[in-house]
Amino acid sequence: MDALTMLEKEQMRVDFPDFRAGDQIRVHVKIKEGEKERIQVFEGVVIRKRKGNTGATFTVRKVSYGVGVERIFPLHAPAIDRIDIVSRGKVRRSKLYYLRKLKGKAARIKERRVTPGASKA
Amino acid sequence: MQGILGKKLGMTRLFLEEGKAVAVTVIEAGPCVVVQKKGEKNQETVYQLGFVPAKPKTVNKPIQGHYKKKGITPLTHLKEFPSLEDKPYQVGDEVRVDIFQIGDKVKVQGTSKGKGFAGVVKRWNFSGGKDTHGCTSHRVPGSIGSSAYPSRVVKGKKLPGHMGNRRVSVRHLSIVDIRPDQNLLIVKGAVPGSRNNLLAIYK
Repeated sequence: MDALTMLEKEQMRVDFPDFRAGDQIRVHVKIKEGEKERIQVFEGVVIRKRKGNTGATFTVRKVSYGVGVERIFPLHAPAIDRIDIVSRGKVRRSKLYYLRKLKGKAARIKERRVTPGASKA
Repeated sequence: MQGILGKKLGMTRLFLEEGKAVAVTVIEAGPCVVVQKKGEKNQETVYQLGFVPAKPKTVNKPIQGHYKKKGITPLTHLKEFPSLEDKPYQVGDEVRVDIFQIGDKVKVQGTSKGKGFAGVVKRWNFSGGKDTHGCTSHRVPGSIGSSAYPSRVVKGKKLPGHMGNRRVSVRHLSIVDIRPDQNLLIVKGAVPGSRNNLLAIYK
């Protein structure tokens, strides 16, 4: 492994559960307000995961008071405290941009049944 | 020592301690060997530094003699650096990345990527003409001067020509991290040239 990749691996986080596009997740983000630090939770559907070592990101979409909100997180950001998986979704593509056009019942995602012990978390 | 030679390894994104993400360039800097000392009497001392061991057959006889006199194995690159410090270096001494400190501002000099023969839009950021609405001049420079007076094109007029592949310096790059065990220097921002490009890093 070359020095550049090694340097990136050092910073990459391996403490998150495996999640995919279509999963409903809860991202706990550390927010600094002056001296104090608090944790804010952003819950929504993962509509995209982009690869890359330290540059990897994922996008979470939620509908808040009727307004669609999307937030892009760097996957390895130290600001992320924890990621919880609420439910796993069964989807047939890796980028769920079609959800942006859908509302209410149409925007639902079928749940994916996970065989116990097959996957962590 | 005022500087060191290095090799660009590439760019990446790193997270700083306060959680900020920064674009950084990773440079393999040194170790360099002091090959020669110049101008010692009442002058600033200039050190000739060598970098990367060379294959013996690639070094010609006169240069081989230069190294043989000093008892140093031949190196591929040589460059002179001034020194401001009191601590004198001796011929044969190694210069490593530890001459820098985290937070220092450095100047990085290297050869930029060659772009070939480039037009004015790419080379000088001219805006060019419209693409549509009946316009027929798209990426041309337009008028390059007036008529009877001065009857010539002013010197230094920005025109098409060879772009890139020349020496470029980037100043005030701050050092994000130093890894003396791996000879790595990590600076914020971009440096000239492609990967594996030879760089000179100055304090």
